[in-house]
Amino acid sequence: MIRISSILALGALLLVGCNSGASNETSTSTTPSSTESGAKLKVVFIPKNTGNPYFKPLGAGIEEASKELGFDYQEQGPATGDATSQLPIIKDQIQRKVDVIILAANSPDALNEVLDDAKAKGIVVVTVDSDLEKNESHRDVGVMATDTSKIGPAQIELLGREMNYEGEFAILSATTDSPNQNAWIAHMMTTLKDPKYSKMKLVETVYGNDEPQKSSTEMEALMTKHPNLKGVLSPTSVGLAAAAQVLENSGMYPGGKKAANGGIHLTGLSTPNQLKKFVANGVITAFQLWSPKDMGSLAAYLGTAAKSKKIELKSGTEVDGPKGTKVKLNDKGVVFAGDLVTFDKANIDKFDF
Amino acid sequence: MKRPELIPAILTILVVAFFWKISPDFRDVNYLLANTTIFAETGLLAIGLTLIIISGNIDLSVGSSLVLTSCLVAKFTNDGTPIFVSVLMALIIGTLLGTINGLLITVGKLPSFLVTLATMALYRGAAQAMMGPASAKVPQPLKGIDRSDFHGLPYPFIIFVICALIVGLILHRMILGRWLFGIGTNKEAAHYTGFPVNRATISAFAITGFLIGISALLMDSRLGVARHDLAKGIELDAITIVVAGGTAIAGGKGTMIGTVLSWLLIYFVKTGMGVNNLKAEYQLTIIGIILVLSVFSQQIADRFSTNRQRKTTKIEAR
Repeated sequence: MIRISSILALGALLLVGCNSGASNETSTSTTPSSTESGAKLKVVFIPKNTGNPYFKPLGAGIEEASKELGFDYQEQGPATGDATSQLPIIKDQIQRKVDVIILAANSPDALNEVLDDAKAKGIVVVTVDSDLEKNESHRDVGVMATDTSKIGPAQIELLGREMNYEGEFAILSATTDSPNQNAWIAHMMTTLKDPKYSKMKLVETVYGNDEPQKSSTEMEALMTKHPNLKGVLSPTSVGLAAAAQVLENSGMYPGGKKAANGGIHLTGLSTPNQLKKFVANGVITAFQLWSPKDMGSLAAYLGTAAKSKKIELKSGTEVDGPKGTKVKLNDKGVVFAGDLVTFDKANIDKFDF
Repeated sequence: MKRPELIPAILTILVVAFFWKISPDFRDVNYLLANTTIFAETGLLAIGLTLIIISGNIDLSVGSSLVLTSCLVAKFTNDGTPIFVSVLMALIIGTLLGTINGLLITVGKLPSFLVTLATMALYRGAAQAMMGPASAKVPQPLKGIDRSDFHGLPYPFIIFVICALIVGLILHRMILGRWLFGIGTNKEAAHYTGFPVNRATISAFAITGFLIGISALLMDSRLGVARHDLAKGIELDAITIVVAGGTAIAGGKGTMIGTVLSWLLIYFVKTGMGVNNLKAEYQLTIIGIILVLSVFSQQIADRFSTNRQRKTTKIEAR
């Protein structure tokens, strides 16, 4: 008897515990929706994993769009970035009858089947930042970072402006077989043929394998081997941060203690947070990256517009974009979200990712 | 306490009642049934692990075996392969991988923790070496078992229930089960009693391998592709289910019904939280709390009943 009553007591205790705990959670995570009236669309953003700072501005872009366009917005990410960790979440969203899923896909193909289910239920599936490569038919549109062919020229122009379009410079890349890096470097080479950059001379391209230690060593070697070096371009976060540290220690940055004939100008591609201190102390003047926020707002716009049948997302066509612009879907149904953003002393504190 | 699995049963009822009340998306029997398809794969691993843990062993390699089996099946079959060939292949490979574990533990006289820690790396490594970053397409006839159902019951769920029944009978009604409980309680004693310790241990791992083969088929069928990086961390989910179901991690104690009920509990909790878009970090916390509660309350109930028993014997002795 005692045993049964104690179990019941424990059960009652748990029920009370569950009730108060879980109702708190749901009230913070669900926003009131008015789908019954049919007025507001439900949009959910599924990042690669929670707590990843890169996806914060992306979510912020969607959230901003939600206020402008008047849809319900929720973000629901998996705890880990495994290939199938997003799968149960997508199933849940289908059951929740959302209208648009914005997905930064963890796998190019493991989600095919469940995304087909979503599309069959009339949900518009938009990929952002990471696409379903070679499986593009399982989503409606992909909103990706700046077009590869725009990154090379923008980077060369930024470095050129800093070093007054003349002198020796080097590239510190990631790995020799990174497809992105190599595509960007190829576009940089073509850009350098422009007479505007004829006095800039690329002396060497080195690879830091995206490891801080190796990148530092390569940077030091560059500075020793090329005493007349005036610029270094590192289109990778790890390489750029490592090079900045080396440059700071050596004091050879423009305005540094040991800067000979103007110092070495360093720039490249990186997320802003890890370079804030180097911008603040003048080691780096400016650097660039695509804008996750732009990706978010464009994805939200295209997704909701397609759901309410204002536009039709077909590969190789041009559709109406936000604020009277036109956006073009390429033959794989990819839209590129705007130009690179340049971060410098004036604006870097506005970014947090 | 005679029936420790009462605790997951009670918790399951409470959880279902709670989500049924607060969430209209949860209040959908068809959805609750259809959504079991992902969890059936984990459930099959938990069924096998129940045998292994009762025998005082552990198998950390179940997830890696699952991935290796599913990759091998997907890579070496194509649209023309008859379906029974794929099925046979999965079952044989799975059983083989499990048997290798069992042999290393018994013949090699190595602790199961070490052996399966090594094969956990080895099996997944082999899958990665074979596949690289690419994925293999699953042949068309094998796809989509999770979308088909028998009178509303999805096939993966039916398969899970049947497997639990059969392995439950082996564990509780057949001689192999008695051996496993004996080995888990005291391996030396079991040996001197004349229990075939090695044969029974290998059998437990081989049965688990067989279930992994079934699980691999379900996963291939559901995803339509196989990659080396699927089902990461699934071994911990499966072990969690077994332990929360009242099976003693030190061996010698446990029931199949406990594992099934605990599977149900975790399934309903995960589904309920998921469909309400509870943040991932809270989900982990709540699952953790439920596990602690489940294990802790079983301990308390256990201590409570042994105390009472001791008291009775004292009185009798007087």
